[in-house]
Amino acid sequence: MSEALVTLTIDGIEVTVPKGTLIVDAAKQAGIDIPVFCYHPKLKPVGMCRMCLVEIGRPEWDRQKNAPVLDEAGNPVIQFGANLETACTTPVGDGWVVRVESGVAQAGHKQIIEYILTSHPLDCPICDKGGECPLQNLTMEHGPGRSRFLYDEKMHLAKHVPLGELIFLDRERCIQCGRCVRFQDEIVSQPVIGFTERGRALEIVTYSNPGFDSYFSGNTTDICPVGALTTADFRFGARPWELHSTASICSHCPVGCNVMLNTRREASSDGCEVIKRVMPRQNEWVNELWICDKGRFAHHFTHSPARVTKPMVRKRGKLVEASWDEALSQAAQALKASKNLVGIAGGRASNEDLYIFRSLIEKIGGRAVLDDSLAGGDVVQQVGMGSGSNLSQLGAGDAVLVVASDLHEEAPLWWLRLKQAGDRGAKLVVANGRPTTLDAHASHVLRYAYPQAAQTVLGLLHAFTKQKALASYVKDRDVQAAGRTLAEAENLVVFYGGEGLTYSDGEALALACGALLQATGRAGQANNGLIAVWPRHNTQGAWDMGLRPEAKGLAPILKKADALCIMAADPLGDHPGLVDALQDDTFLVIQELFLTQTAQRADVVLPAASIVEREGSYTSAERRVQRTYTTLPARGETLSDWRILMLLGGKMGYEFEAGSVAEIFTEIGSVVPAYAEVSYADLAKYEEQWPEVGDEDLYFGGTAFKNHQGLGVQLPPAAERGNASEIAWKAPEPRQPKDGLLLVPIVELYDRGATVVPSEVLHPRLVAAQLRIHPGDAERIGVVNGGRVELRVNGRVEEIDARVDRDVVEGTLLLPRSLDVVVPHAAYVKVKPLRKRE
Amino acid sequence: MPEHILLRHRDVPDIDQLDVYRKHGGFDSLKAVVTGKTPQEVIDIVKAAGLRGRGGAGFPTGVKWGFLSPNVFPRYVVANADESEPGTYKDREIMERNPFQFLEGVAICCYAAQAETAYVYCRGEFWDLAHDLEQKIDEMHKAGLLGERIFGTKFNLSIYVHLGAGAYICGEETALLESLEGKLGQPRLRPPFPAAEGLYAKPTVVNNVETLTNLPPILAHGVDWYRSIGTEKSPGPKIFCLSGHVEKPGNYELPLGTTFRELIYEHGGGVAGGRALKAILPAGASAPLLPATDEVLDTPMDYESVPKVGSQLGSASVIVMDETVDIAWLSQKTTNFFKHESCGKCTPCREGTFWLNNILRRINQGRAKAEDIDLLEAVAKGMTGKCLCALGEFSVMPVLSGLDLFRSDFEDHIGDGR
Repeated sequence: MSEALVTLTIDGIEVTVPKGTLIVDAAKQAGIDIPVFCYHPKLKPVGMCRMCLVEIGRPEWDRQKNAPVLDEAGNPVIQFGANLETACTTPVGDGWVVRVESGVAQAGHKQIIEYILTSHPLDCPICDKGGECPLQNLTMEHGPGRSRFLYDEKMHLAKHVPLGELIFLDRERCIQCGRCVRFQDEIVSQPVIGFTERGRALEIVTYSNPGFDSYFSGNTTDICPVGALTTADFRFGARPWELHSTASICSHCPVGCNVMLNTRREASSDGCEVIKRVMPRQNEWVNELWICDKGRFAHHFTHSPARVTKPMVRKRGKLVEASWDEALSQAAQALKASKNLVGIAGGRASNEDLYIFRSLIEKIGGRAVLDDSLAGGDVVQQVGMGSGSNLSQLGAGDAVLVVASDLHEEAPLWWLRLKQAGDRGAKLVVANGRPTTLDAHASHVLRYAYPQAAQTVLGLLHAFTKQKALASYVKDRDVQAAGRTLAEAENLVVFYGGEGLTYSDGEALALACGALLQATGRAGQANNGLIAVWPRHNTQGAWDMGLRPEAKGLAPILKKADALCIMAADPLGDHPGLVDALQDDTFLVIQELFLTQTAQRADVVLPAASIVEREGSYTSAERRVQRTYTTLPARGETLSDWRILMLLGGKMGYEFEAGSVAEIFTEIGSVVPAYAEVSYADLAKYEEQWPEVGDEDLYFGGTAFKNHQGLGVQLPPAAERGNASEIAWKAPEPRQPKDGLLLVPIVELYDRGATVVPSEVLHPRLVAAQLRIHPGDAERIGVVNGGRVELRVNGRVEEIDARVDRDVVEGTLLLPRSLDVVVPHAAYVKVKPLRKRE
Repeated sequence: MPEHILLRHRDVPDIDQLDVYRKHGGFDSLKAVVTGKTPQEVIDIVKAAGLRGRGGAGFPTGVKWGFLSPNVFPRYVVANADESEPGTYKDREIMERNPFQFLEGVAICCYAAQAETAYVYCRGEFWDLAHDLEQKIDEMHKAGLLGERIFGTKFNLSIYVHLGAGAYICGEETALLESLEGKLGQPRLRPPFPAAEGLYAKPTVVNNVETLTNLPPILAHGVDWYRSIGTEKSPGPKIFCLSGHVEKPGNYELPLGTTFRELIYEHGGGVAGGRALKAILPAGASAPLLPATDEVLDTPMDYESVPKVGSQLGSASVIVMDETVDIAWLSQKTTNFFKHESCGKCTPCREGTFWLNNILRRINQGRAKAEDIDLLEAVAKGMTGKCLCALGEFSVMPVLSGLDLFRSDFEDHIGDGR
């Protein structure tokens, strides 16, 4: 069915657009920029700032003849309204004549600018927005040269108001456009800021504690048309025109948000070029115009002084700096002599690194594994998202299932986009063992006792297949209702994580989800598919490169290993007790950014380049392959992981044909069928996107960056290519609850991981080192809020502070990951309060 | 008029008591409507009667009811008791002294609009009034005049009283709805209009207190009777709020079409102290000034005639000014009011009223230059036609008309090259 179209003339240019298009957007398509402040293409129009005033002429209508009034020449008589009208709130009409550049309209723009500037402070010399400021630009374009307002009579308001620790507000600069408030209200549904007072005293306040408590607060500084909202990270940091821009991908989670890294070479950093800020890069398929605050602020790890920048070898029991030659030779010798080499890689490495890693380890005769505990990357390869998928398209009639994952903490941009899908009418079914932030937007909330995630999904599968074997999983009415909802949906996307699950629980879950998608009959189509909420940003890439985790964990293979080659992983740090599995004389060579626990045990430490100091390709969990560009020069003597591996291989006599990332990528394509149709050049392809951002456009869409560096390529799953195998679900092993409380490790966005802690600006928000306990359990055991407890887990004894929390499900304990106390999987534990020290 | 139609308490002192009201025909109209007419019939009667909104806009009430989106439910009726226009105090007298006629009007409106819920939005300062109104509503419930199955029919109705928090802008119907919904009191974009998407985005009728108080007599005595009062295009009685330099300020219920002269001199006792009349603000602060000419004084006060002499009838809050009034001083009073009350949503009103107030303060304090008078005019004209709602548009009218009619009052404040 074709859309109704409307044709109108704007400043003499004829434009044809779908019915319902706003004049301000229609004008863009004619290449006309109607000035705006409060309007933003992703927000509902409000017509507040009155900047977009235009003359609108409508064809006169003869009511008696029910026909347009025509002049002598037979043309419709156009009647212009008595007043200017706002282009941002008015949808187009057939035959209309709109005048943007007429004297009357221009006088209107000039007057509005004069009004806005009356109490606006003359801060340009010290205001961060200078140089990328819509108010500056529109003043130059439309404003009067002088103001008639007496500056001494201006309104004075507070100028350095912290809205929490991350965002600062200058109330004098604010032009009350409401974009920030509306973003938080409409797009995020976390209205933690708002207007108070009225008239000229109207000002922004924050209602939350901590202030501006939202993971998306940084985006308001992009869409603020003046320098009222600035980030604590970047303010007074640099002038926009001093900054160099390089395209990259955020490395904090598997969404793969597109970013632009703004860098500057400066004296205060000893002449080094440093990242001054992370900005969103527009990719309407992945992150639209937004990034979360972790992606925006946690960039300091790349230039942390703790970075390993020179190779190190162990001499007389201590790690000392050495030359590349010495370090590589030592490592090569040990690896060549090994009889039982195990290679362990992590999901932070690029596809090229992982491919060369596996290639080298296998050449040597060793076994390459992925250090991870979530299964299912192979299932995703079968029934992942179909080509052309875009979460922005989900709406009424569609359904999304989120199971065993707290998206708000693990992948904020997906939380945001799914919440918006729900606003548009999509049904969200959220299943977890505890309440999570997406519950408030779900049409169905399913609560199960850990670890029965797979059982819940099998219950949902019953709604499709009605298999008798599944009947035992459908006793719950809520599951039945949710199953019906999913079965009625036109499209289904399934997100699964590993909260509270062992590896084999996760396997069962992934298979159940895969079977569910196949049961819809639409696996492989656009806006249908399976997405794993991986802990790392390139875990899917690792699976695609042929690496997978050890189902039984690393201990068994470490016991037998006589040499370990580790890249982008910290197994000894992530798995307490694993160090005991190692034999004393196991040789360990590691490529790392920091001296992690594993690195501290290593015999050879090879300094790796971070994501910003090299290029590479990364596969998001939606299976979109995206590339980064080299932003900063190498630190010290660091090298890209793949190059280190090639040098290591070279020392052992192994030659590699490829000599660059692009060449490796081509080779990957010859070995991994899914990558065969993508060339490295394809990753840099882009198309014009809507809405327009940046550039000549006077920041219509905000200061997010245009994306001319590549939108990435979605890999079609096997189901789309017609060669998916049938996914057989397997009955999950029933587990008897044991004595004690079930401790469930959970993810919090602002964790204390190595890539977050170097960002001091985030320190007030980092997750507290506390074990969370239900009030009933606390009372029973005698634990007080804030009191210290002893925790007996997996044969170890740990000490930690406790926090009594009503959101904890009785019988469970929640332990955020990345604290000093590490519990990799859900486990039954014993907790008792420690006596206070005298 | 020998007998009051709206301010009935002036003829029947205890008509604020339910039994007294009922004894004088109270709730007979409601009963007749609810038991014997369809909602559409009621709408047609009110249309035919030609009742026009008494809140200031003068929009035909029956026509407004006819805009309710068909087949969309629930519907809401909101009585606008935010009465905040300077010089307006008619709704207050109605609600304090003749509350049941007002409430009966609300009920008739709800029946016509097929609404089961009504809200009386009172300005925040109406503490006591709101409390008393709630008690009256309680009495109606006890008497079966509210609640379920009223008069044994399927008609259910509950009326709730809601207090604002001290903002004039909440008398603007869409800002009122925002406030009622618990949000900041700022006007919405129109379209959509409340009849299509009002309270909680449902079809809503917002009517002024005085408008609703007209309904029981219309239904009781009929269209012809109603149209026999007032003028052809502006039928019915109107409460004129007379204030300022008159001997007898107060509310006067008179037929629409009564002249300014009659109101001020016959009923109001003329200008206090026998001084000369200088100017009239016919619609509180929200319309241009009128000069004290014979043409003006002999103008009938109705919705058609007042515009012919350059102003608006509005809510008929007639503020009378004698020769001692400095119009520059007056302009600052009104401008200061609008600056204080501006919601701040749109640029021209938020910045414009603030700027105008600064200039007028300078003028009145003798610190202004001659150019400032031109500036005053330019800033006011710069706001015209650009504001999101009527507050901004009206705020410049006293200033521009003041400059037009009494420019010398402003010029008298200008010092020599200071």
